[in-house]
Amino acid sequence: MDNALLDTLPRALAVGTPLLLACLGAILNERAGVVNLGLEGVMAVGALAAFAVAASAPDANLWLAVGAALLAGAALAGLHALATVTLRANQFVSGLALALIGTGAAGLLGKRFEGLPLFNKVPDWTVGGFALSPFTLAALGLAALLAFWLAATRTGLTLRSVGENPAAADVLGVNVGLVRVLAVLGGGALAGLAGAFLALSYRSSWADNMTAGLGWIAVALVIFVGWRPLRAVAGALFFGLLYALQFRLQGVSAVPSEVWSAMPFVLVLVVLAVAGVRGQAGDAPAALGRPYVRGER
Amino acid sequence: MRFVPLAAPSATRAALVTLGSVVVALLLCALVFVLAGQSPAEVYSTMLRGTLGEAGGLAEVGRRTIPLLLIGAGLALAFRAQFFNIGAEGQLLLGAVLAAGTALFVPLPGPLLLPAMFAGGFLGGGLWALLAAGLRRLNVNEILSTLMLNYVAVALVTYLIAGPWKGKDVRGYIYTDTFVPAGWLPTLGGTQVHWPTLGLGVALALGLQWLLSRSTFGYALRVVGENPGAARYAGLSSARVATLVALLTGGLAGLAGAGEVAGIHHRLLEAGQVSLGYGFTAVIVAWLARGHPALCLVTAPLMGVILAGGDLLKIDLNLPYRVVDIFSGVILLCLIAGEVFVRHRVVWGRA
Repeated sequence: MDNALLDTLPRALAVGTPLLLACLGAILNERAGVVNLGLEGVMAVGALAAFAVAASAPDANLWLAVGAALLAGAALAGLHALATVTLRANQFVSGLALALIGTGAAGLLGKRFEGLPLFNKVPDWTVGGFALSPFTLAALGLAALLAFWLAATRTGLTLRSVGENPAAADVLGVNVGLVRVLAVLGGGALAGLAGAFLALSYRSSWADNMTAGLGWIAVALVIFVGWRPLRAVAGALFFGLLYALQFRLQGVSAVPSEVWSAMPFVLVLVVLAVAGVRGQAGDAPAALGRPYVRGER
Repeated sequence: MRFVPLAAPSATRAALVTLGSVVVALLLCALVFVLAGQSPAEVYSTMLRGTLGEAGGLAEVGRRTIPLLLIGAGLALAFRAQFFNIGAEGQLLLGAVLAAGTALFVPLPGPLLLPAMFAGGFLGGGLWALLAAGLRRLNVNEILSTLMLNYVAVALVTYLIAGPWKGKDVRGYIYTDTFVPAGWLPTLGGTQVHWPTLGLGVALALGLQWLLSRSTFGYALRVVGENPGAARYAGLSSARVATLVALLTGGLAGLAGAGEVAGIHHRLLEAGQVSLGYGFTAVIVAWLARGHPALCLVTAPLMGVILAGGDLLKIDLNLPYRVVDIFSGVILLCLIAGEVFVRHRVVWGRA
């Protein structure tokens, strides 16, 4: 059993990494009052951008590939910002459109990379006997950073005020629209980074549907962790463990494999219901999902 | 740039803005094709020529219009009640599962089989959506729950056709046995247009329009959707409206699933083959129709062209079928982003 757990842990961390990165991105834009259901698509586009840069030049700097993923994620999220912040469109439906565009574009533009191997995969680091992806360490660092920034800095407070009470923030001279646009762009960049991890570190080849529903789980995770970055670390690890166990148990147990593949999604539903019953949905930023129009409420 | 609210947005304005949004969307999609190294002119002409330009193409559009019409009409109603059901894909699959289960395992006299399959389909889709309505009472956002249920439905179909329902004469692929002929819907000569389902779709789209605009339930539904505060004050239960709407809209998606297996495949097969993304495309059908079920009679064939065209792009230009997602996503985004121009006048300069 000890061995099984030790074998499962690295895998749990690996699956937990993109979940954590995307979840942190979502926390960033949701704390400013904007929901982005399109993380699945943003991740896919980030993964493609990273892979395209890394694969087109075998000696390319991997920082360049990561940068491309950040930019691609922010660019796709920019469409969301334009639609929901500037044009006040329904955030939920816009996010859905984003998911379709992102996965569709990654599938179409990524076709030429299908089956190509990646030679310059990001090497793992050995920390205390464990092989860890640098992305995992970066995600943990970013969680701490985001937690500190939101709680203890002036700009972090400004962002939160825009999500809680945009009218009050507006009166105090905060440019609500600008803060929201920046938060959405930042959230998109983080989801893009989650995609970069999948393309450059987790796998070393391109395949359509690399994100495999992780983006949707990240969306639900935000609610589960009550919009708190440090809790997101625990939540991502928890879901990562479930994923890893799913792979371990698939061959061993008598339960059909489809049950295991449906499991994360059933679990998300259970988790959301539990969070709902516990009244955790009430932790949501007060203005979440609502466009801000000066003089209206 | 400022938006000044209009007192009474006109229907002409709404139509013009919708048209403009679709044109912008098609231009944006053209840009994506350029990035993918394809000539947009070739892409669009391939789609148009192969769908509207020939009889066989029209039949392909018709075949795809059927599920889009059924699902879209239901979704139009759901969106009016602010019930954002995004899980029609899963509801369609559950409808297909129950219809197939009826055809395969319930011994019924011939003439009763098809009605029973459709009843099963309605029930399957309706109950799947009811799950989401129930979860909504626990404060679970229905967009998330219906989406998650899509994944669960896909796993369920895979499990059934690979496991207990696996056909006897199956090699390589996984699907069930073929239904007895009494479980097959008639089609228009030589095409896959199963006209009884088409008729059902037309009737239901008109029926739902009547329900929405003329019945007490429709009135309650509109009040709950447009002004939840007033609805509460008037004693209208938004939870009850959501439950009924979920049952109806999910049920219609289930009927679409029953139609697909009874009219085209005559057996249950992989989720990706039962539905070609009908659940998501129907969201756009409903949105284009601006919440009027009857208008889906126009918008469903329009999106049918895009789905049928996507198939042509796959065959003729060797593009992945996912291009359909791009069309759907971009059109949807442009539609909702354009919404503001229906209700507002744009004024340049500061207030």
